Amino acid sequence: MTATTLPDERGHFGPYGGCFVSETLMEPLEELRQAYQRYLNDPDFLAEFEADLATYVGRPSPLYLAERWSRRQGGARIWLKREDLNHTGAHKINNTIGQALLAKRMGKRRIIAETGAGQHGVATATVAARLGLECVVYMGADDVKRQAPNVYRMKLLGATVVPVESGSRTLKDALNEAMRDWVTHVDDTFYIIGTVAGPHPYPAMVRDFQSVIGREAREQILAAEGRLPDALVACVGGGSNAMGLFYPFLDDSAVALYGVEAAGDGLETGRHAAPLCAGRPGVLHGNRTYLMEDDAGQIIETHSISAGLDYPGVGPEHAWLKDSGRAQYVAVTDDEALAAFHDVTRTEGIIPALESSHALAYANKLAPQLGEDKIIVVNLSGRGDKDIGTVAERDGIRLF
Amino acid sequence: MSQRIDTTFSGLRTERRSALITFITAGDPEPAVTVPLMHALAEAGADIIELGVPFSDPMADGPVIQRASERALRHGTRLADVLAMVRTFREQDSRTPVVLMGYLNPIEVIGYEHFAREAAEAGVDGVLTVDLPPEEGGELVEALRQHGVAPIHLLAPTTTEARMARILERAGGFVYYVSIKGVTGGAEADLSEAADKIAAIRRHTGLPVGIGFGIRDAESARRFAAISDAVIVGSALVTQVEALADEPQKIPAAVAARVAEMAQALRQAGGGA
Repeated sequence: MTATTLPDERGHFGPYGGCFVSETLMEPLEELRQAYQRYLNDPDFLAEFEADLATYVGRPSPLYLAERWSRRQGGARIWLKREDLNHTGAHKINNTIGQALLAKRMGKRRIIAETGAGQHGVATATVAARLGLECVVYMGADDVKRQAPNVYRMKLLGATVVPVESGSRTLKDALNEAMRDWVTHVDDTFYIIGTVAGPHPYPAMVRDFQSVIGREAREQILAAEGRLPDALVACVGGGSNAMGLFYPFLDDSAVALYGVEAAGDGLETGRHAAPLCAGRPGVLHGNRTYLMEDDAGQIIETHSISAGLDYPGVGPEHAWLKDSGRAQYVAVTDDEALAAFHDVTRTEGIIPALESSHALAYANKLAPQLGEDKIIVVNLSGRGDKDIGTVAERDGIRLF
Repeated sequence: MSQRIDTTFSGLRTERRSALITFITAGDPEPAVTVPLMHALAEAGADIIELGVPFSDPMADGPVIQRASERALRHGTRLADVLAMVRTFREQDSRTPVVLMGYLNPIEVIGYEHFAREAAEAGVDGVLTVDLPPEEGGELVEALRQHGVAPIHLLAPTTTEARMARILERAGGFVYYVSIKGVTGGAEADLSEAADKIAAIRRHTGLPVGIGFGIRDAESARRFAAISDAVIVGSALVTQVEALADEPQKIPAAVAARVAEMAQALRQAGGGA
């Protein structure tokens, strides 16, 4: 069995994944699985999805050689997959378009979503506005305060944003609350999960919608360099942008895969969001995967400068890729990510998202090790406009 | 296996009434309250005690039980502590069945086999793992059965009849029918819809069928008892615990008074469809 044939029928990637939800959601998940299987092979559905990606999202996104930045650090040539140029400024919309089209075909009139930094919430509110669907976005109460511009964006788009006061008042609690909404309104509601986590079929479905990133990158690098890259680098929170990039390369064993987690203040401090590097397997949010938990199995709080990486779990396929050795998972600290943020902004004129800056920071370490004849593709998963307040604050500047 | 649960239900059949199952969260609002509260529940007429194991991310629970989990976790209540509470309870009560209800991850950490053995030794009679559907639950169910602990399974309004049959092949103790699409402490179910579903469940199993989610007082307990073998009351009791969180010594008596009303209503109603 090759890696690309996973998951199995019930959503397992080796020991990971699966479907760990209350009984009420089992049948709705089965309906979703069937609908997704049907439309995945439906030419009309795929044509509509691709047309939307082209005319609404602006795909294909360019693959850009970061020449000056590559030269400055020496070593491998670094290409950036420009997901930051998508409509709404990140890769998130690839998935929300796909799921919203599915929702419409399944006859659902109401869309719900969870969001951390607000990027997935904005991408969901955007497609809901376009398709005329009611949209409710759950967001941790602390995140609502930290991400005011994105909250307002969602409201402008017609979505209702519900601050979640339970638990740690962040992304994981927003996900809990979205699940509670779904179980209560399961007849007319479609839950658009924003990452490659959650119960089956979400991890596989979100990966499939996001794998347009890797398919394009593969063609683009072959056209530009005449060969496959030596390494792919992507940041991993839940892991959807990384899965989207990696998946079409899984069978290319010569292409090394690096997932970059958030080391926050440093793995040794315990204040981080790196379950693959420093957590252990458990069950949360419908799937078995690596988690940040205490020794009693309670989920612990995570820390990262990047709200989009601030999640205690990770997609189950990443857990599988880690154990199987196909991908390697590393972590970079807040400070390293910030340094890469500034470097790329100043040398390339591209302001990257803080999430993506983690991938850039690792590419920065990897390039000199690989040497000049090598090629790295980094997923620049989002633009950093949303983060300038956070960066300014670090520099002691108050913008608003 | 799960002798206490079987004995309880067969006694109730003789009495021709439905069971009252009361849910509290272990360690809420502080660990010292739990064992005295369990005794108070049993004395007030609870036939079975469901003990919630606190979890940081209780996805299937409404706000009342979420907050109960948070209060218990602030005191560091672990699954091992919950088992210790059951052990202490058993020193004085060897009759009332105790069912643990919670989420999978704290059990994963301990290990299924180890957990099943410890639970049985502590005097736990059944385990209901909310986020463990039968598709994923084979291993834990097997471990529980080997140690004589009943694997309690949930059925929901969305459960199809084909699926119901598969689940009931594995179920033990009693069946927990979740009466509404929603979380704990939600709206009250439609009585006739629930009655239809319970009739369907009975076509597939001889196990007693309990009904829960949305039962809040003596009146609704009486109505739902008429169509089931057990009514499960949780959020309504936990709300009282919450109201007295600052005066925990008052909790056992106050909650017991509420339970006594419900138990009285069930005795008057008879039932057990």
